[in-house]
Parts: sequence; structure tokens; C-alpha cells
Amino acid sequence: MSANFYYGVEVFLNGLMTGVMYSLVALGFVLIFKASGIFNYAQGVMALFAALTLVGFQNGQIPFAHLINAIFGTDLHHFGWQMPTFLAIFFTLLVMILFAYIVEKYVLQHLVNQEPIILFMATIGLAYFMEGFGDLMWGSDVKKMDVGIPQGGNLWLEESTAFLGGEDFFGFYVDNLDIWAAIFAAILVTSLVMFSQYTKTGRALRAVADDHQAALSVGISLRTIWVIVWSISGFVALVAGIMWGSKSGVQFSLSLIALKALPVLMLGGFTSIPGAIIGGLIVGVGEKMFEFLIGAPFLGGATENWFAYMLALLFLVFRPQGLFGEKIIERV
Amino acid sequence: MNAVNSHITPDGRTIGAPIMEMKNITLRFGGVVAIKDISFDIKEGEIRAIIGPNGAGKSSMLNVINGFYHPQEGEVHFRGKKRKSLKPHQIAKQGIARTFQNIALFKGMSTLDNIMTGRLTHMKAGLLSQTLWWGNAQREEVENREVVEKVIDFLEIQTIRKTPVGRLPYGLQKRVELGRALAAEPKLLLLDEPMAGMNVEEKEDMSRFILDVNDEFGTTIALIEHDMGVVMDIADRVVVMDYGKKIGDGTPQEVRSNQNVIDAYLGVAHD
Amino acid sequence: MLYREAGDFKTTYAKDQQTFPIAFDRRGYFLTLIIAFLVVPFLVNDYWLNAILLPFLIYSIAAMGLNILTGYCGQVSLGSGGFMAVGAYASYKLMTSFPDLNMIIVVLLSGGITALVGGLFGLPSLRIKGFYLAVVTLAAQFFLVWLFNKVPWFYNYSASGQISAPEREILGYAVTGANVLPWVSYLFCLSFVFVLAWGARNLTRGANGRKWMAIRDMDIAAEIIGVDPLKTKLTAFAVSSFYIGVAGALLFSVYLGAVEVGEAFGISKSFLILFMVIIGGLGSIFGSFAGAAFMVLMPVLLKNIMVGQFGWAIDLAAHFEFVIVGGLIVFFLIVEPHGFAQLWSIAKEKLRLWPFPH
Repeated sequence: MSANFYYGVEVFLNGLMTGVMYSLVALGFVLIFKASGIFNYAQGVMALFAALTLVGFQNGQIPFAHLINAIFGTDLHHFGWQMPTFLAIFFTLLVMILFAYIVEKYVLQHLVNQEPIILFMATIGLAYFMEGFGDLMWGSDVKKMDVGIPQGGNLWLEESTAFLGGEDFFGFYVDNLDIWAAIFAAILVTSLVMFSQYTKTGRALRAVADDHQAALSVGISLRTIWVIVWSISGFVALVAGIMWGSKSGVQFSLSLIALKALPVLMLGGFTSIPGAIIGGLIVGVGEKMFEFLIGAPFLGGATENWFAYMLALLFLVFRPQGLFGEKIIERV
Repeated sequence: MNAVNSHITPDGRTIGAPIMEMKNITLRFGGVVAIKDISFDIKEGEIRAIIGPNGAGKSSMLNVINGFYHPQEGEVHFRGKKRKSLKPHQIAKQGIARTFQNIALFKGMSTLDNIMTGRLTHMKAGLLSQTLWWGNAQREEVENREVVEKVIDFLEIQTIRKTPVGRLPYGLQKRVELGRALAAEPKLLLLDEPMAGMNVEEKEDMSRFILDVNDEFGTTIALIEHDMGVVMDIADRVVVMDYGKKIGDGTPQEVRSNQNVIDAYLGVAHD
Repeated sequence: MLYREAGDFKTTYAKDQQTFPIAFDRRGYFLTLIIAFLVVPFLVNDYWLNAILLPFLIYSIAAMGLNILTGYCGQVSLGSGGFMAVGAYASYKLMTSFPDLNMIIVVLLSGGITALVGGLFGLPSLRIKGFYLAVVTLAAQFFLVWLFNKVPWFYNYSASGQISAPEREILGYAVTGANVLPWVSYLFCLSFVFVLAWGARNLTRGANGRKWMAIRDMDIAAEIIGVDPLKTKLTAFAVSSFYIGVAGALLFSVYLGAVEVGEAFGISKSFLILFMVIIGGLGSIFGSFAGAAFMVLMPVLLKNIMVGQFGWAIDLAAHFEFVIVGGLIVFFLIVEPHGFAQLWSIAKEKLRLWPFPH
């Protein structure tokens, strides 16, 4: 086997890892879509906001410091403490739950029974709002995220696979962070499935997903369910934010991964958790392999920018219902 | 039209040769058989009713007639010719118009514009002419508006001409939908439960409109209806469907005395 | 008592079908035209032109384009930025390949090329609907930007990867390049806006507009009453892209002068135009103008207040802009999904009855 082949395998492995990250974001979409039929464009910004808040708490940043300084002429920036990571995560979670409550009370409640496309556009507005709000609260500079997840290449994997290739091959390079992300994603998915299968709230969630009206008629409060779902996807956003933030810093581009999650969902279907995961893996592997095999050698590179969308486009033209959806029978 | 095939009804209408013939139609969705080997015809100038219990396949039958569903087996003959597999909009252009069980009006448009959409199959001005609002486009707008105004007068809905249809009460929406279908001046008019959800007064109004359309314009009508009383009063001939099969076909009197039909409606066990 | 339609009877259908059926509206419209064409050119200076007038005019065209597709035909697109880029690069290639070509023709041809590209990306709309389609248009957005970035032929192999507009004249007056007089570029863009708005109005009030709206409101019913969905959607995509392409060409050649594709035509441009359409009013030509005016004026205003008055940092003002735009979008969708246009017609409704509210 040539070294090139093993580079291909390495690209494949890294694609899988990236795919896990996409799946994490897509998961948040699926949760909200199942429970409320809302396609939450703000999911990516939620990840950004959660990451910003987490870093802010950790470093003891004073919220809205820039704004306060600008108005009162003060020079505030930090409280001067370092908060332990687990405490910061706990407080960030509280903020995300508060956020879920506010969204339900001031946005969703007023948009009940609107068309899906109107709701979608409302979440675009929400995304803009949150992005500006997060920047106002914590400042827009790129921040470093460190919650203690090991980073850098996994030496064990590298050394144990170096023998495969020839002289130019030094073993598979996979980042530790990506491996941890995969582990966290697996734990997250398992616990979400357990939650929805074995708890009362989980059952209520599934009931709402199946039929809003029927759920209401047996006494499930839609409003409570929505707050819970948005809180959970806030939590998923936090996990995604931590992973992406540790990988590439906490900055605006983090919110753009939401865009990447969209084609993932189109492949996997909007209502299927396994679909989100498989879709994420397909997109992750697909775009890395395409770049490796065709993009970089023949097209000038950077094909990752559009590959996922084109894949979704072509796929949907031939199978509009997605990978796992049933054939749609139109009625009049 | 073949004079031998035509006859005149006691109330003075002329009923001609079959305009639409369904031959051994079978329609399946996956493993589910919605329509099984049904044949019947619709004669020019008549009011033909399709009745049957819920889930009998009546709406599917209308959807086959206007090309929304394509049957796996069987042939559809329209005006004496075998119809190829066409798209619904092509079939609309051949002169088949319909209304829907659940009102399918264009909610963002006024009554006038909704009925004007019924004329779209008659409007042929090109994009450039329309952009400039010149020549063909403007002439067509005025000509077709005249046709539409006649429909509006006929249905007595002058006062709601410019009201968005979303704001209209249910009964009037049904009437506007009928207007949209009439504006197309169809050769065959399909009505899917035109009186569903109406009170007695509204039903009487609607029955009158249906009879008038048939009488004044000679439009052939095929309708699905649940209200047996109405069907027996206005239909010339009735097809009865149950579980996707045809169990009766004939004049209202014939159908009423058909044992299969009585069983289906009284709920005798299928064995 | 100022705003009345009583006594304003129509005796022919043609008169009832005109753009401004109420005499008062008609007078207001002509007054606006007179001011725009005959008064403003004498008053316009560089600041007003570059900060407000040119972006307003150009974005109005783009907003009309997207409104045709999304507001009238119901197909949501997030690819406007990419289609504007097509218009811009088409105009650049035309200007540099055919130096003698009249600028008006360059701009129209750029629109035509964009229409072809838009039609191509509109093809999947037959099978893909709703926000599935919105995501698919992202493919156009990212692919087109990537294309203009990666293929040197599009930017004539320039070292910077930028394109910049050479000087071109109409009737002896420069309309592009460094030596443009404010009133010339203003009138140049205004003329396009006027003609295109008139065309858009005609296209949306007649048979074609009814087809678009029928597809928007209920596509299956539309098909059954005889509307060809593919043809209708493709027309909407093509016409819409024509407008957006013209806007892209003008934005590049007349307004910006030099452009880097990712910066000028990125995904945020797509959202900007979508917001104009939502805030202004889906399915309204007037709304496209109102939305464009709002989205152009608001940042200028915020900047003037926060940076100019309070002395805040520019990035702080920018963050506030995000918060306000986002908040307004949500607010508008909750309170009035039809935007300014609907507020305007409600106001007119009230005026009609004033001072007797019942």
C-alpha cells in the first residue's frame, strides 16, 4: 500500500471526527424541530453565545463592560477571579435555561400557529439579536477556550500505525480533542435517548412531537415542554460550543457551523437523531475526502465551503424526503 | 356529437355521448389498493355523482380524473380519445376544472384575483408584453376580467370582489372556489364535496348554483357528496363506491333500491 | 378628509386595473417622481450620495428581485449575495472585454446572465420546497463566491484577486470610475430603479403575478387549475435573478468601484436583502423600497447617534445594530408579518375614515 492510500485513510478518519462535530450541532436542531416544528437557525449562535458565556465566567469578565464603560466613562473589565470550570459550566447552563425561558415567553408564544417559514425567519432574527447581544455582553475579540480537554495529535495512534506506510508515513494523525468530542457526543446521544425513553418528561416530549393537539388534550403543557426543549438544546449548544471553541477559538465563525449543520439535516432528515449523526458523518467524511481527492488537486482547494450544500442539493433532487424519511404522498 | 347517443331529459336538458370514460382503473399506494378495477362514464351535459362511505376512494377517483394521481392499470378516455399520462396542469388546459374538499383558495389574494386565476389557462400573453403592460397582456386582462365579472354576477358575490379570501366566511369561500372553477369555462367540472360543512340554507344555495351551471351553460359536472338527499335530488346518474370497488351505478332510483348499496350504507358486515 | 376615494368612479376595467387606482395616491406618486428626477439631482452631494442614496437605490432593486421570488412566488432564497456577485463579475467581464459597449447594455446583459444562472439554481425548486429550498440556495451562495475566488479568469488574473471598474461614459458623462459626478451616478441608478420598479409592478399585477402568487399560496391547487409549476417557478427565479444581477452590477461598477467577492457578496449580503424584504413587506413592491430605506438608514442613524453624539466606539455601535436588526425582525414577524407595507395600508385605511372612525 502506498503512503498516499494511508493519507487517504487519515483524511477519512479526520472527516469522521469533523462529522461528529457537525452532528453535535445538528442534534440541537433536531431536538427543537421534533418538539416544536421550528427550524432553529439560531442554534449555531446559541453555541457561540454559550461558549462566550463560559469563557466569560471562567475568566471573571464583567458582563457589558464595554457598554458600561462607554456610558459612564469607567474602565471596568474583570472581576479579578478565575472560576473553576465545572462551576462556570453550571452557571452557563443556568444562563441557557434563562435564555430558553425568555425565548418562549417573548418570541415563541407569540408565533404559535404561524407558518414554518415565518418561524424560520424569526429564528434568523433571533440569531442576529443573540450575536449582537453576546458581543455586547462579552466583547467581540477572539477568545481562547480551555476547559482541560487534552489537545494535539494522539501519539499512541500515531506510533502504533506508523509501521503501515513507507518511509514518508509517520502514522495517522488524529487530534485528541476530536477523539474526546466523539466520546462526548456518544455520551450525549445515549443520555438523550435514555431521557426521552425512560423519563416522564421524555415521554411528554415525544408525545408533543407526535401530535401537538393530542398532547395538549391529555394535559401536557406545551409551554413547559418548549422551555425544556430549548434548555436541552441550549445544553447541546454548550457542548458543541466547548468543542468547537477549544478547537478553533471562540469567535464569530463559530456561529457559521450552524449553516453547515443545515445540509447535514437535509441528508439525515429533520426529525431523526440517528439521521443527524449519520448525516453529520457523511458530510464530514464527504467534504474532507472530496477536498483530498478532487478539490485540492484539481479545483484550487477550499471546496469544503460549498461541498455539503451541493451534496444536499443533488441528494434532495433525487430523494426529497431525505435518507430516512418515508415517501411523501401528496393529497388534495 | 352523435345524435343517436343523445337524449333529452324531462326538464329539457340535452345529455349527449360520454365525454369521459374510465376503463378498469386500479390505483395503488404501495400495498394499499385505493381503487380496484372500476369502470364508469360521464356523459356530456349530465350531473354525475360519486357517492360512498368514508375511505371508499371517491377523492382518489377525482384525482385520477384530473391527473393528480396516475392509476397503475386501466385507461382514461376523454372526449373520445385515450388520454396519455399528462401532468395536472396540462389536463386543466384540456378543459377539466375542479373544486376541493378542503377549500384550496389562494389565501393571499382577493376574490377577484382568485377567480381570475381560473382564467389563466386562457391567457397567453408573453413575459415581455406583461412586463410592459402593453398589447396582448393588457387586452387579455380586460377581456378575461369581463368573463370573470359574469361569473361574479352569476354567483352573486359582487360585494366581496376586492376582499382577501382569507377573511370570508366558509360558505362564501366555497362559492368563490366554485367561481374559480367556473371561470375556466370547463368542459368537465369536478366538485369534491361542494356542500361539506354547510347549513341547510347554504346547501340549498349551492345546489341551485350547481343546477344553474349545468342548465345554463350545459357544463358536465361530476361531484362527490355525502348528503344523500342532495345527491338524489340533483344527480342524473350515481356511481356508488365502497372500499375502492364499484358497488352500484345508475339513476338515483336504481341505486336506492340496490341491495349492495343498502348494505354498504347500513353497515352490513363484509364477509 | 385629505385621503379619499369617494367619487373616484371607474368606468372601464382598464382603469380599475391601474397601478394607483386612487387619485390621491396617483398624485403622490407623480410628486415623488418629480422630486426624485428634477429636484434631488441639484441638491445631491457626495456624502448623501454614498452614505444613503446610492445604496438605497441599488438595494431597492435587489430587494424587489428577492421580493418577486420570496414575497410573490413563495420560494425562500438565501443566495442573493451569490447572484449579486454574478451580476458584478458579469459586468466586469463585459466592461473589460468590450470597452465600447454602452454601460446601460452592460448592466442589462449582466442581469440577463444572472437570470440564466438563477434559473439554473431554480431547477431543483420543482422537487424541493420550503426551507429545504432555502438551504439548497445556500449551495448557490457558497459555490458562486468560491468560484469567483478560485478561477482567475473571472478577475482577469489580477494579483489582488479584486475586480475594479474602469471608467465608462454615457453621453460624455462618466458613470463609472474615479471621475463620476454625484448627480450623474444618482440619475443613472435612479433610471434603472424607475424602469425596473415599473416592470415589477406590471409583472406582479397581471396573469404572471397571479401564477406566482397561486404557487406561493397553494402549489398543488395551482397546478390543478392549470399553472405549470416548473415554468412558473423558473420564471420567478430568472426574473428575480435579473433584478439581483442588475443590483450587483450597479453595486460594483457605480457604487463600490472595486470589489473582493467574499467581502462584498458573502452570506451576510444575502441576509441583508432578506431582512429588507421581511421588514419592508413580503409581496409588496412598495415594501421593497421601505425595507431598503430602513436597512440603509438605520446603521447611518445609529452610527450618528452612538458614535457621533455619545462618542462610543464603532464596534459597539455595530453590535447594537445587530441587536436592533434582530429584535426588529422578530418584532415584525410577531406584530405584522407583512412589514411596513401592511402598516402603511392600515394607516391609509384609517386615514380614509378619518375623522369619523366608524
